[in-house]
Amino acid sequence: MAEAALARPGPLPVGPIGRAGLGFWGVAMLVASEAALFSYLLFSYYYLCATAPAGWVLEPAPKMIPGLPNTLLLLSSSFVAWWGEKGVEKGDRRRALIGFGTTFVMGTIFAGVQVHEWAGKAFGPTTNGYASLYFTTTGLHMAHVVVGLIILLCLFGWTALDFFSPRRRIAVSAGILYWHFVDIVWLFVFTTYYLTPYLGFGT
Amino acid sequence: MSATPLDYLFSSAGRRADVTLPLTWFMLIVSVVVCLVVAGLLLGSLRGAKGGGAAETAAEPVRRDHAGGLRWITIGLAISSVPLLISLIWTMAALAQVAGPPRRPEMTIDVTAHQWWWEADYHGTEPADSFVTANEIHIPVGVPVEIRLRGGDVIHSFWVPQLAGKTDTIPGQQNIAWLEARRPGIFRGQCAEYCGAEHAKMGFEVVAQPMAEFQRWRQDQLQPAPPPATQAQRQGYALTMARCGLCHAIRGTSATARGGPDLTHLMSRRLIAAAMLPNNPGALGGWIQDPQGVKPGALMPAQHLSGEQLTDVIAYLETLQ
Amino acid sequence: MRTPDIGAVTDALRTRLHAIWETEPGWRGWLSTVDHKEIGLRYIVTAFLMLIIGGIEALVIRLQLAGPDLRLLTPEQYDQFFTMHGMTMIFLYASPILSGFSNYLWPLLLGSRDMAFPRLNAFSYWVYLAAAIFLYSGFVVGAGPDDGWFNYVPYAERNYSPGPNQDIYALGMMLLGISTTVGAANFIVTAFKMRAPGMAINRLPILIWGTLTASVANLIVVPAVSLAFFLLWMDRQFGTGFFQPALGGQPLLWQHLFWLFGHPWVYAIVLPAMGMVSDGLPVFCRRPLAGYSLVALSTVATMILGFGVWVHHMFATGLPALSLSFFSGASIIITVPSAVAVFAWLATIWTGRPVITTAFLFYASMILLFVIGGVSGFMTASVPADWQLTDTYFVVAHIHYVLIGINVFPVVGATYFWFPKMSGRFLDERLGRWNFWTMFLGFNLGFLPMHLTGLLGMPRRIWTYSDGMGWDGLNLITTIGSFLFAAGVLIFFVNVAKSLRSGAPANDNPWDAPTLEWSIPSPPPPYNFAVIPTIASRHPLWENRLQESRARSTLDRGMTLDHGKETLTTTPMDAEPERIVEMPEDSYAPLLLTAGLATLFAGLALKAWPIAGTSGLLVFAALLFWLWPRRQLLERAPAHG
Repeated sequence: MAEAALARPGPLPVGPIGRAGLGFWGVAMLVASEAALFSYLLFSYYYLCATAPAGWVLEPAPKMIPGLPNTLLLLSSSFVAWWGEKGVEKGDRRRALIGFGTTFVMGTIFAGVQVHEWAGKAFGPTTNGYASLYFTTTGLHMAHVVVGLIILLCLFGWTALDFFSPRRRIAVSAGILYWHFVDIVWLFVFTTYYLTPYLGFGT
Repeated sequence: MSATPLDYLFSSAGRRADVTLPLTWFMLIVSVVVCLVVAGLLLGSLRGAKGGGAAETAAEPVRRDHAGGLRWITIGLAISSVPLLISLIWTMAALAQVAGPPRRPEMTIDVTAHQWWWEADYHGTEPADSFVTANEIHIPVGVPVEIRLRGGDVIHSFWVPQLAGKTDTIPGQQNIAWLEARRPGIFRGQCAEYCGAEHAKMGFEVVAQPMAEFQRWRQDQLQPAPPPATQAQRQGYALTMARCGLCHAIRGTSATARGGPDLTHLMSRRLIAAAMLPNNPGALGGWIQDPQGVKPGALMPAQHLSGEQLTDVIAYLETLQ
Repeated sequence: MRTPDIGAVTDALRTRLHAIWETEPGWRGWLSTVDHKEIGLRYIVTAFLMLIIGGIEALVIRLQLAGPDLRLLTPEQYDQFFTMHGMTMIFLYASPILSGFSNYLWPLLLGSRDMAFPRLNAFSYWVYLAAAIFLYSGFVVGAGPDDGWFNYVPYAERNYSPGPNQDIYALGMMLLGISTTVGAANFIVTAFKMRAPGMAINRLPILIWGTLTASVANLIVVPAVSLAFFLLWMDRQFGTGFFQPALGGQPLLWQHLFWLFGHPWVYAIVLPAMGMVSDGLPVFCRRPLAGYSLVALSTVATMILGFGVWVHHMFATGLPALSLSFFSGASIIITVPSAVAVFAWLATIWTGRPVITTAFLFYASMILLFVIGGVSGFMTASVPADWQLTDTYFVVAHIHYVLIGINVFPVVGATYFWFPKMSGRFLDERLGRWNFWTMFLGFNLGFLPMHLTGLLGMPRRIWTYSDGMGWDGLNLITTIGSFLFAAGVLIFFVNVAKSLRSGAPANDNPWDAPTLEWSIPSPPPPYNFAVIPTIASRHPLWENRLQESRARSTLDRGMTLDHGKETLTTTPMDAEPERIVEMPEDSYAPLLLTAGLATLFAGLALKAWPIAGTSGLLVFAALLFWLWPRRQLLERAPAHG
């Protein structure tokens, strides 16, 4: 029986249906590799932190404003993106556009606040190793936010052009997966740079 | 085979190298035996095998797997795990012996590696008891000596094969090595981590002496340089201060720069140019006039002295006993 | 949903599929092809070219070291030569050559019509080519990287290396990292999704296990080295303080990041080659591989342990003894899975009926070279011994037994084995014997004595040495051996060139081998398989003779999938049919994106920011063009605009 099912399968889906398809696997690979990249960055931080002399952490008590609300904003944008994706899934184009558009705006605000925070720092990227790492990590994350925003913009445009249907929407699922990744990574970055100093790391 | 300067397979003369040598030999013999056994098995497996090409291959019937393979793997693993386990335990035991000295070293030498020479600081209880020398490190025999390795410019590695294995010198951190010579002797050292153009010619020597002899050497080294006595020495002195003094220090004179080796007791050393040349007036002169000829890429500039000037400089340098 | 048509292989079907899958002839097709076989061959040719270039560098190095105090090269030139040699062999030959073979062979071994992401595949090759040219751009004008392939800081920092040398290395390695990463992703998804129905995970050829394991490792560890080089570039370019102690950075951070990558990488460039031996040796021994499951498991186990041994490259850096003993133990234990493979190969030969062909000679001799490289690795795993051995020529001998023994020998053997499939012609067996014996004797003559050179204390990376150190004779022997070895490699290329034109023609399955690639024509048609085969065992072409079970694979009847450029995806474990997928047509997007990236990196290297900025836009445009949802790929809803 099993052999027959292998050699003469019944009806098979053709092309990507929903989120199932090779494209989704591809983005999953990208996410895995990028996640590794950020782990090495955070490893670098903890490594230098553990071996550095006192005073290396330039901000032993990081301010929670605007970092914490900004983090919450980015995290909640993931839910909005998911809500928009559901819109495509249900064939509700208006809901999808509102979802992607709102996510885009939330992401842009996050980026703006982050830039503002950079500008207010008393140190620059070359002040010391801590500062270099802080700016590189948040900067690299920012680059990912920008890529995510471009993807959201594309999804918004393609949805507006009525490219997708509940069945054919692999690009949406893959793109939104990437946005979730951008948000989750920030959680680790935020924890490392804003929370662990309070736990006594590097102080 | 007689010992060559950096050989660590046939000779050892210090506690750390002594511990390592039999371990290295054990693993080496195991390794050679394993290779010979595998070579034998390979040759044996080919008994009766025929040569050929595709036609001969395709003509040979295919055999079913008789499950004999698993036995090979299990027996093979069982046998090889024995030397593996012994090596593991031996390694841990040896590591425990060589990682730290058996008792607190009474003496510490600060060694700083530079592109491409070695600086050695001997500290006493007070500043007057301290001195700096280069490329020739003296230690007393039979006692552990702590070597504090200070990172200088780039990464180097401190290695005296017949006394001990390598320890890197890394900028921004201080590594600790220790030496304990079993017998008196002169042991060659060499930088072992690639560090630029003259990595190849970054040698030094460790001179292990009986304690009394070592103390005499130490007392000598503490003396400042004598003032020049003859006319030639005086002229050489002036030139030395004006030229060499830009990078080198000679205690008791106005030359205090730390860019190159301390020259206060230059003549007490066996070798010059980071253990690359014998220390005689001819070699010294050649080195001063054309360092790049001996060590292309060396940071010491050629001096282009006239013949007379060179004679004077050497006349003065020869007073630095 | 569609029920796939089932049919036999007919000429009409072949003609139809040919029209669908064929790459356009001429330069257009050449620049846009996404055929995995074409890409695989390009990888192989380019990597062999790098082998030749790296080999010439090696010969120059060997001339310089042939005797004491020779001055053929200045130290500055020597430093560039040994760095370029290492970089070329490790990054531009050893890994890409395996990618090449895997690219060519994977879909054929798996019963698929292409890799999961054909355009990504083309992109991966183009970027590799661009990175190779990029990395050589400095060397040809005398400003090549000169800090060894592992490029330790602070020597690589701007204050000690002010020229463009290290910038080129740093940027080039980031560029190459992109190629490796996307290639790895492609292999992983292909392994899990693109198999013929019935090719369950326990029926994969070992080459698949090897490349899959290596790819998982690459996906995870390449970012470490890309990051390291990025941080170094930032230090050099903008004065950040990652590796500079004066700024609260640490030189050792570089070493951790580099070896976190570097050690798994060493396994990544040998595991697929070990897979070649595991799959090829049984063909010449006329029996299945002994201990298949154990060999597959040991492949994976090697990599898992391989993630935890990077510190054995750093034993002398002053780490605490406790952590040293942990990494020392792990490094000794990692020999166990390797030993499994060795005994499996030996058992296969002993219990089989070996036919000594050239391919067999390369495969079988690899076992011995593998063991020699293995035991020297085992010696360096012991911390006290390593404190003496490390950074001497003992380690140089070790790395050459690993890379030449476990990579070059299997690769040359694999070329003898698969050349008939790729070209439809045999390599000459008589020339092959000369080829083998010259390489084998030359290699061992050159590199076996090198162990002793190291034990007599010769440090690595020295541009010359004085006489009286006891190294003169040994070095001369090594030099002679390397030239003999090079002559052997030359014979190999002569054989390839000659056989391409006048080699004896080969049929579909000339060696009477058991795996799927031998069930299709030599060379394979653009669509690989006219019908998708159904697999019932590990050895579809030997089933009648092995009689392992009653189930039989079906190779001449199956899904025709000829409605378009179609192939099948299956479930990850049991390979049950899951989906019919449309494969992309040939595309310029990969080349365009590569051009954008290459100019971007060139702009960064030249510090020409406007060029970098403009090419950034080109990259963006190429990506948008690439990813724009296409109806042909069913990424868009058909009913709408």
